[in-house]
Amino acid sequence: MEQTHIENTATEHVSYKNYITGFILAVVLTIISFGLVLTGIVPKQLAVTGLFVAAAAQIAVHLYYFLHLDSSLSQRWNLITIAFTALLLFIFIAGTIWIMHTLNTRMM
Amino acid sequence: MQNSMESTYPAEWHEADRLEIQMLGFWIYLMSDLVIFAILFATFIVLGQNYAGGPGPKQLFDLPYLFGETMLLLTSSVAYGFGMVAMQQEKKNAVLAGLGAAFLLGAGFVAMEIHEFYGMIMAGHGPSHSGFLSSFFALVGTHGTHVSFGLLWMAVMMIQLLIKGPTVVVRSRLMRLSLFWHFLDIVWVGVFTVVYLWQVL
Amino acid sequence: MLGKLSLSAIPLHDAIIMGAVYGSLVLAVIIIALLTWFRKWSFLWNEWLTSLDHKKIGIMYMILASIMLLRGFSDAMLMRSQQALAAGANPGFLQPPHFDQIFGSHGTIMIVFVLMPFLVGLMNIIIPQQIGARDVAFPLMNSISLGLTIAGAFLVMISLGVGQFTTAGWSGIAPLFEKQFNPSTGVDYWMWAIQISGVGSTLTAINFLVTIIKMRAPGLTFMRLPLFVWTALTTNVLIVLSFPVLTAALFLLTLDRYLGMHFYTNDLGGNMMLWNNLFWMWGHPEVYILILPAFGVFSEVVATFSRKKLFGYKSLVYATVAIMFLSFTVWLHHFFTMGNTPAVNVFFSITTMLIAIPTGVKVYDWLFTMYRGRITFSVPMYWTMGFLTIFVLGGMTGVLLSIPPADFVFHNSVFLIAHFHNMLIPGALFGYFAGIQYWFPKAYGFRLDEKWGKRAFWGWFIGFLLAFIPLYILGFMGMPRRLSHYYNLEWQPLLIVALAGAVMILFGILCLIIQFIVSIKNRKANVDVTGDPWNGRTLEWATSSPPAEYNFAIIPNVHTLDEFWDRKERGIAYQRPEKYHDIRMPKNRPHGVIICALALTFGFAMVWYIWWLAALSIAGIIGTVIISAVTNETEYVIPAHEVQRIEEERFRALAAAQDSGNI
Repeated sequence: MEQTHIENTATEHVSYKNYITGFILAVVLTIISFGLVLTGIVPKQLAVTGLFVAAAAQIAVHLYYFLHLDSSLSQRWNLITIAFTALLLFIFIAGTIWIMHTLNTRMM
Repeated sequence: MQNSMESTYPAEWHEADRLEIQMLGFWIYLMSDLVIFAILFATFIVLGQNYAGGPGPKQLFDLPYLFGETMLLLTSSVAYGFGMVAMQQEKKNAVLAGLGAAFLLGAGFVAMEIHEFYGMIMAGHGPSHSGFLSSFFALVGTHGTHVSFGLLWMAVMMIQLLIKGPTVVVRSRLMRLSLFWHFLDIVWVGVFTVVYLWQVL
Repeated sequence: MLGKLSLSAIPLHDAIIMGAVYGSLVLAVIIIALLTWFRKWSFLWNEWLTSLDHKKIGIMYMILASIMLLRGFSDAMLMRSQQALAAGANPGFLQPPHFDQIFGSHGTIMIVFVLMPFLVGLMNIIIPQQIGARDVAFPLMNSISLGLTIAGAFLVMISLGVGQFTTAGWSGIAPLFEKQFNPSTGVDYWMWAIQISGVGSTLTAINFLVTIIKMRAPGLTFMRLPLFVWTALTTNVLIVLSFPVLTAALFLLTLDRYLGMHFYTNDLGGNMMLWNNLFWMWGHPEVYILILPAFGVFSEVVATFSRKKLFGYKSLVYATVAIMFLSFTVWLHHFFTMGNTPAVNVFFSITTMLIAIPTGVKVYDWLFTMYRGRITFSVPMYWTMGFLTIFVLGGMTGVLLSIPPADFVFHNSVFLIAHFHNMLIPGALFGYFAGIQYWFPKAYGFRLDEKWGKRAFWGWFIGFLLAFIPLYILGFMGMPRRLSHYYNLEWQPLLIVALAGAVMILFGILCLIIQFIVSIKNRKANVDVTGDPWNGRTLEWATSSPPAEYNFAIIPNVHTLDEFWDRKERGIAYQRPEKYHDIRMPKNRPHGVIICALALTFGFAMVWYIWWLAALSIAGIIGTVIISAVTNETEYVIPAHEVQRIEEERFRALAAAQDSGNI
């Protein structure tokens, strides 16, 4: 009973290479984000879009390389719960922004 | 009488072991924590332009400084990850090294953040001066508080590892701290994007 | 040293409050004296307070809820009496500041400290048994959740005698609840009470989600789960994802009140309307949290007492999941009148109308279950039929309210009060009463008295109609909510009828109390020998009444829906296993009690600005958690021969019951 199934819930790809790849990708995406703002070479609207795309990509990198989230059986419930939570976060955040913004427009 | 119904369970069924249960429970707790952060993000977006005649992001934020903080937290995350690989390979000293590095880098992040907050407050731009500042301090401060609790937990774990060694229980706790630590870096990606970079644009 | 606290915090001038305070103190002294006289303190500590047994934790939740029901109902009687009297020249007997605290405490208590503990209590007692498990996933955390809930309840009770309670309602009003307009302790008591107990609820949800996902017996697939488990599952999803919204919203208010920040203030960049948005983003899922487990109870009761499997099991499951999802999409209907654009109001109006549909599906499923069933009109069935007849009325008024132009007339009138009480009383409360009557034998080993149970039902049923139908009419006549006094004398007759309704409900409550006393006196006559007093369908009826601490000696192998019924049909329900095993169970631990005391101290210290005590309490809680992680020996073993002895005793009792023709 001492040797539990660490292998079940950990994943197959826990290796140094795994973390290094994730690290490099994350650094690149961070530099892109900061670069979009600091250099100012991109027009503002495009920069904002780029910022959010880079952030989403980096979050995906963290989830895959650091949190080992994938479609395997051992991660099934993690995936289901985070997908549902993400949907709800969208409803809460987008809903709040929509509601408060439209209220603001009627206050001017 | 043979109770054949109870003596043979289906082959594909396994009794969920303690680790599975603990990891799922902790993951679900992290989902609830994400909701708290989501509300703080939404609040920041709603109140983020309310400067009340005071300074805004362009005046207050130091982006190179922010980059430094970001790198500290990211490398801390990776250092912790190295520690987890070492744990898999049963190398206790490498685990301690990974944890120790993660702790120091994380502490560096917190120190930088406290310095930033202190500077803002001393200059008269504390959280009670506008809706923007309130929501900034609440969101970034909550994240920083979570990181601080993570550091406390990490310190306790290093002591446990030293005293008890890599027992099943200690390993299970390190795995849950791993989830916590990496999640904090994910939230930070959101913070530096939404609170700092986006607002400065 | 003691912050703002001084002897002047005790409202000596108010006779009604002091009466309640003295009464509570006398009661407390009597209980303490009895415990000491009968030397029951160590029994209380060892058998109950430090127990990690989910069945006992559940019972303690039920006791908390019952006590708080009496307090919340006292608030209701005070309000009904005041409103029946205070017309025109008559000021009534309650000053406005007092009345304002009462409607706040009534709402807070009934929602957070009566309905929540009832549903969490039932989940605690029943869920592990229904899924063939021996305990929940995190027994210690379960005890801590109870402690946090009790701490919150204590804060509300203490506010009666030391300081005051909020005058800004159970749902808060921005910017009224800011320190600028409400510097006293009232808002702080309310805020900390629901914040602290809210953390307890969130932890409970995590616990039960993992329990249901990971600890089901072999063969118990999701589509073989009893409906009560499905509703518990969806309820816990609602809790774990909506309560953090409340936590964050209250946290921001805390920052406003304690550190002068500007989230909900009306100056320096705060946004008062943000409060309504955030509060109801939690508040709407909360009301579905309150009702879904009750729907689960009704599903179980209707099938058992119609002697028929549930009609449309799949549709009931899908409807429950649909309700769960939709309840996250309707929250703005609580503030249609805040003046948003038509697009926004219409969006939420449509989602609100949509959510009525799956509930309708469930009602039809229950009715079709009864159709051509062989119905036994036992007390749980009375509560269920009371629900079926009058809940739908409340549902329809909900659809009426979901239309923004109509809502502009009804918002914050007593029509709204009538609607949500129509949902919560015949809906949620009747469900939990049905659950108590249904599962009491399982918990205690004897049935409750039928006669007094039926009388209690009629008191509540008629009382509800008398108390709230007038409020629907008064809403049409334009009466607003939360009035301590009014000038329109046309309203008074209806308010007198409403008072009569409240008195009728009081009769119902008295009958419930008498039912308990009578049942305990007659327990030997009503003993439940088999563990299956109602000829039930689901696995909890396979255990003894009360169950052994470990519930099941052998974890059952599940093959079908209504597994226990299926086994009875095939004559294999009570089989002696060939072999028993050692069973590991959690030892008693004091952390739940300790954290309860520390959380209560923390809340009280924060209310009265006793900073050193607040800091010490928080450090204590963190320390307690760390210490709990360092302890090694947390389980004990029930050896196989002891399990065998317990089980053999049960088989003997079963055989005796069979011989004497009881089964």
